[in-house]
Amino acid sequence: MNQLILSLICGIFIGGTCGYLGNLMLSKRMALVAGPLGHLALPGIALALIYGFDVSLGAFPFVILGIILIWLFEMRTRLPMEALVAIVFASGVAISFLFLPIEKAETALIGDITKVSLKETLITAALCILIFILIKKIYSKMLLINVSEDLAKAEKINVKKYNLLYLFSIAILVALGVKMVGGLLTAALVAIPASTSRNLSRNLFQYNFLSIFFGALSAILGISLFKLTSFPPGPLIILVSTVFFLISLIFKK
Amino acid sequence: MKEGLILKVKNLNVQLGGEKILENLSFEVREGEVLTILGPNGAGKTVLLKTLLGIFPYKGEIIWKKGIKIGYVPQRLAFIKDIPMTVEEFFRLKDVSKKETENILKKIGLIEVLRKEVGKLSSGQFQRILIGWALSKNPQVLLFDEPMTGIDIKGEETIYSLLDKLKKERNLTLLLVTHDLSVIYKFSDYVICLNRYPICQGKPREILTPEGLEKLYGQEVKFYQHTHQEL
Repeated sequence: MNQLILSLICGIFIGGTCGYLGNLMLSKRMALVAGPLGHLALPGIALALIYGFDVSLGAFPFVILGIILIWLFEMRTRLPMEALVAIVFASGVAISFLFLPIEKAETALIGDITKVSLKETLITAALCILIFILIKKIYSKMLLINVSEDLAKAEKINVKKYNLLYLFSIAILVALGVKMVGGLLTAALVAIPASTSRNLSRNLFQYNFLSIFFGALSAILGISLFKLTSFPPGPLIILVSTVFFLISLIFKK
Repeated sequence: MKEGLILKVKNLNVQLGGEKILENLSFEVREGEVLTILGPNGAGKTVLLKTLLGIFPYKGEIIWKKGIKIGYVPQRLAFIKDIPMTVEEFFRLKDVSKKETENILKKIGLIEVLRKEVGKLSSGQFQRILIGWALSKNPQVLLFDEPMTGIDIKGEETIYSLLDKLKKERNLTLLLVTHDLSVIYKFSDYVICLNRYPICQGKPREILTPEGLEKLYGQEVKFYQHTHQEL
């Protein structure tokens, strides 16, 4: 099958699902957490690139490690989330550059969606659909938890269970996201489409729809621009997304 | 549990982060009663409500009547304005049907805000929406944290008359937490004065004597009375 079509399919699924999840993360003020997770995945990505296996597979265990770190961090300290971002960011990048061959650095940092195989595309699409359904199932309860954990607990919602499912979704999507935009840019994949949508929406329906829409559309346009300009696709996807965000500021409700 | 009781609390002790917040608190609440928990800031009132809701760990006994449904009206919801969500969608977060949402909004006199963004409501409207939200799905008990925070006097009266009406219609039991004395005179059947440990409890008229208040609020009330005498 045509390589471009495979890349586009991956992009649409990853971009759209990340947009949807990002909107939940934004309402929990956690949109930036995908950043340190992406950076922390770098050593895993480096290993995958050196030994020639799927970068998402390499990233996944490191993302899980990152999530455990966040969880411990929230439990054990009262430091703000920014501190975690700084600590994990630096450590992830530092460790990966101990052994990442320099010619592979670009792929690790900003991703490469242009060489995905049919098998990878199918697995990516299937995982995205699964995570999409999972997010849809937990969305209402999760949003209520984000609004007020006390209110959710008073409604007898099992907050721990929902948080775990939510973090699990983040882990999978960050692992998929690094394939498209690399360890450096993953936060943007969840944060920007949701922020754009937030600017334009008056209700939850619009908020959800537009988050997914801008996530997917940015991927399509970014990958198409890569075809035309041969600049790397990861940064192009993010920049297209940024342009939409800037435009949304004009129409902000 | 005794007939007609809805809640029984015995020797309740709550400790958070190594600090004792509530000590040896015991009381009972009857069906249809309005219980007010009165105390200065930092007395542990909100902690008591949240403990009753099962949010904080505790020692002692908290026994709710079997199968009881509890509605909770929190003091404020800091983050809700960050989310683009209509009032209707806010109710849908806890699976309230469209019809029930409309019925409740009519009852609280706010049907016109059904499709309005929650973040764009006035504080009085938002407070009433929170009450309506707590009332959906027919709870028998309402736990209410500082009902009048950030509401002007006119809004206050609307909320009192609303609570009064709802109480009569549904035989609701109400647990209110407040530092506002006027709430008690207007509204309450039973008062617990709390300042980490229980100071006094009983019917409002028995409790709210100058001596009782001084014991609860300490210097604050004493000073107030002093200036009053000078006038």
